[in-house]
Amino acid sequence: MDPQIIIARRVAKELKSGNLVNLGIGIPTLVANYVPPDLKVFFQSENGLIGTGPIPEQGLAHPTLTDAGGRPISALPGASTFDSAMSFGLIRGGHVDVTVLGGLQVDAQGHLANWMIPGKMVPGMGGAMDLVSGARRVIVAMQHAAKGKSKIVAKCTLPLTSARPVHLVVTDMAVIAFPDGRATLLETAPGISVGEVMAVTDAELVVPDNVPEMNI
Amino acid sequence: MRAVSVEEAVAMIPSGASVMVGGFMGVGTPERLLDEIVRQKKAGLTLICNDAATPGKGVGKLFDAALVSRLTATHIGLNPKAQQQMLANQIAVDLVPQGTFVERIRAGGCGLGGVLTPTGVGTLVAEGKRQIEVDGKPFLLETALRAQFALVHAFLADYLGNLAYALTSRNFNPVMAMAADTVIVTAENIVPVGVIAPDHVVTPAPLVDYLITNG
Repeated sequence: MDPQIIIARRVAKELKSGNLVNLGIGIPTLVANYVPPDLKVFFQSENGLIGTGPIPEQGLAHPTLTDAGGRPISALPGASTFDSAMSFGLIRGGHVDVTVLGGLQVDAQGHLANWMIPGKMVPGMGGAMDLVSGARRVIVAMQHAAKGKSKIVAKCTLPLTSARPVHLVVTDMAVIAFPDGRATLLETAPGISVGEVMAVTDAELVVPDNVPEMNI
Repeated sequence: MRAVSVEEAVAMIPSGASVMVGGFMGVGTPERLLDEIVRQKKAGLTLICNDAATPGKGVGKLFDAALVSRLTATHIGLNPKAQQQMLANQIAVDLVPQGTFVERIRAGGCGLGGVLTPTGVGTLVAEGKRQIEVDGKPFLLETALRAQFALVHAFLADYLGNLAYALTSRNFNPVMAMAADTVIVTAENIVPVGVIAPDHVVTPAPLVDYLITNG
């Protein structure tokens, strides 16, 4: 299975009926494709919409209905629109149940860095800092390693997105949580052993006696 | 409110002015005003806008024409020209978290000195800012943001200047319409008074100084 699809399918299992969910760009966006149809989840687009729907059919897009990247989307029945002050009031105010974001690094305490690489890439943080500071539950969806280097590090070397730790990291190899501020291996991806995860993880990992395989 | 031509409105904006522009990735942006700013070559602008859009679209046109000298935004990663101009030190860029950006503008429009936000505590964003504890929790003091001009785009404007917005093109527009000395509006549709019901007016008419007449 494609690594990104493993991640998206596993993250989708974290969503519950009635949740207000904000998905970041990249792998997080794919999560919406794997939410079971009977699960009533509200997706927020931070440019001012709750109830985002799929990309409209050719010729039906409207210039005033877009996602946060400016791409055409649709709105589901029951959708609502609002200005950016309300949108970020929802985010910072703890009204968003789950946010799923991409990551560049997550460290052993669960700190996330995902908004800049000094001297190389300074796009701006957009809504990421508010989402990590304010959403009830923060899930990072990212590849376990990039170019052979672990993205789960002992301590972030890139600028942090928030001092608040994230709750869960889902990668193509593992699910990691941070109880008591320590990275703990909860699950491994299908066909991946605990030893293989340890070998490509720079952070010290707490490994419980029983580490089940992801059910996706 | 006075209805004016786009040429007349932009003639009021001096080079070097501070200008807030509504829109999110060019959606809900007053394109006609931006085209006219480029035509009249209003340079050295201090631009306050969520993002830099993309080349050729929305405020992206201002970067194409190199008219911006200072920028306050939350994200410019999708406009390579704005990135180049920032890295070449042609533009001074202040990157602000999006929730903080909109709250600073809201504060500026509502007579507040600023807001206290948890966003950015313990990050680069906190540098040089006052940290204030409230009930044991740390917050950053983020000061109010205003501009000389707000350029706003609405879906409907009535003859008095009452405004309503459409879907995701609302974004920063109603907040910015509160936070500038002079508010200039373009609208998709100019309609008789009464077409926008009182409950559906988002920006009340007294906030609007100039409405751009149909081309």
